[in-house]
Amino acid sequence: MSQRVLDALKAKFGDAIVATESQHGDEVAVVKRDKLKDVATWLRDDKAMAFDTPVFVTCIDLLDWRPVKAPGKPSSTRPEWDGVAPRFEVCWQLRSLAHRHRVRLKVALAENDVKVPSLTPLWSGFEWQERETFDMYGIEFVGHHDLRRIYLYDEFVGYPLRKDYPKEKRQPLVRRPDLVGDH
Amino acid sequence: MPEIATGPGNLKSLVLGQQDAADLDVEHELPSELMTVNMGPSHPAMHGTVRIVLTVDGERIVKGDVQPGYLHRCFEKESEYATYTQVFPYTDRLNYVSPMINNVGWAMAVEKLLGIGKEIPRRAEYVRVIVSEVSRITDHLTCVGASAMELGAFGPFLFFLKSREWLYTLLEEVSGARLTHTYVRVGGVAKDLPDGWMPKLLRRLDEIDGVMVEVETLLNNNKIFRDRMAGIGAFSREDTIRWGCTGPIARAAGVDYDVRKDHPYSVYPELEFDVPVGTTGDCLDRYLVRVEEIKQSMRILRQACAQIPDGPVMIDDPRCALPPKTDAYNTIESMIRHFKHIVDGIRVPAGEAYTFVEGGNGELGFFIVADGTGRPYKAYCRSPSFVHLATTQKLILGHLIADIVPIFGMINMIGGECDK
Repeated sequence: MSQRVLDALKAKFGDAIVATESQHGDEVAVVKRDKLKDVATWLRDDKAMAFDTPVFVTCIDLLDWRPVKAPGKPSSTRPEWDGVAPRFEVCWQLRSLAHRHRVRLKVALAENDVKVPSLTPLWSGFEWQERETFDMYGIEFVGHHDLRRIYLYDEFVGYPLRKDYPKEKRQPLVRRPDLVGDH
Repeated sequence: MPEIATGPGNLKSLVLGQQDAADLDVEHELPSELMTVNMGPSHPAMHGTVRIVLTVDGERIVKGDVQPGYLHRCFEKESEYATYTQVFPYTDRLNYVSPMINNVGWAMAVEKLLGIGKEIPRRAEYVRVIVSEVSRITDHLTCVGASAMELGAFGPFLFFLKSREWLYTLLEEVSGARLTHTYVRVGGVAKDLPDGWMPKLLRRLDEIDGVMVEVETLLNNNKIFRDRMAGIGAFSREDTIRWGCTGPIARAAGVDYDVRKDHPYSVYPELEFDVPVGTTGDCLDRYLVRVEEIKQSMRILRQACAQIPDGPVMIDDPRCALPPKTDAYNTIESMIRHFKHIVDGIRVPAGEAYTFVEGGNGELGFFIVADGTGRPYKAYCRSPSFVHLATTQKLILGHLIADIVPIFGMINMIGGECDK
């Protein structure tokens, strides 16, 4: 549907777009981390792109990613993107109200380096979504003005939606005034 | 008379009965000390549980820190350990005033990954549209009724809850449960509508028409209601878009976006309805948009009941349909298939997709990453309540504490959906 967005991205940014794919009508562009901000700014401001609406932010933890091979199809494994074997893929979904097209930007992250630029300065609606992703996956959004946990309490240890966090794990809430801000 | 400075930094109010300017000068020099007030998590006007840490200057809000999470039940984590069919009961508990729409959204997301989105029997699609629209009406009835009650109008609340109960009873006849329906399945719906159900629905719709007239007469030109709603919590068109708002909140601000029209799904293109759009983006417009949407949903329902074709309500695809009970009990192959279907789940090919529908509050989306097994590798819910609640911190700025009630009512934050 919006293959032309991916084509335009590749034509404009070349190497900064590590990979593109289209499946089930969704267009995905994997972007180099240090170019994410430029790509996103262009997507928002260019007249032909005009991605004005933020849709969602989330992250995929690839720790257990061992997909079952479908008969007759090549097995789908995540390639090494951006020179790292990715543990996390952070996704930003954008939509354009005027052109009715959508695109999903992705950044691949290694396990020991979970910093990505925040897109909240560009789309205010990402503020809570990025906080949620930080809360659940521990992704650090650099440039976010208020990166705090949102669902869980400040004393919580670990990131519950990571694949190595056991589902049945319980944590008692022990108040630690040194962690809590002025509220 | 000296000029009275107003604005967030220098808030003074004019005291009635002031005789001379000298008194006003004294008033000017009163130090305004900021105060922190907790609103919630358990407050009668906070639907569900959410906490707002307010910094107030007198009655005026200078800063509001909205803190959700009190109803977090790990929807996403639990989904990773459930088969695709077992997730349906969890989706019921997201937006618990319109669970059918959540069911449909999840089913469509899995169908998209299976590649059978276009092959769902037409009767099943119509049934889905009918139950979704009934759910949309119950959602709006709850929102408008509860907001009116919080502003002191108890009558409309009772009228609306009475109508909502009629619809819940009808949905109970369809699914067996009043609230947690778990009615939709991957590939269709669990069972057909009961005999004589649609005439009953149409009769109820006629009665709800009367209730709408009643309530609109009570509210639309009610001075108290208008004063509390008009000009309160306004959001400009640009801000609405920038914050990712959808649904009635975006439409009240003039954003003509409805998933049913802009990215049509199911059989909505065959049905005629209008998308109401407001101009000012304040609470009154949000109320008016919701009331009009109730009427449009009733219009859709009347058409759908007239147009619904006969036929099966489940896709004839062994990957997602259970074998008929007679086969499951009599042939070993069908019994094994039944067993594998229940225990291993529907095997969805590896891939990822984002699917969205028009929920009661706006764009409700499910982003699923499948790894070829019977359980989702990752399931993410894009809940409109969460996105909208994020705007509350901006909407309440500069308003009075009492204004939080209508603003919050019209945001219609549903705890289950917001906190997942």
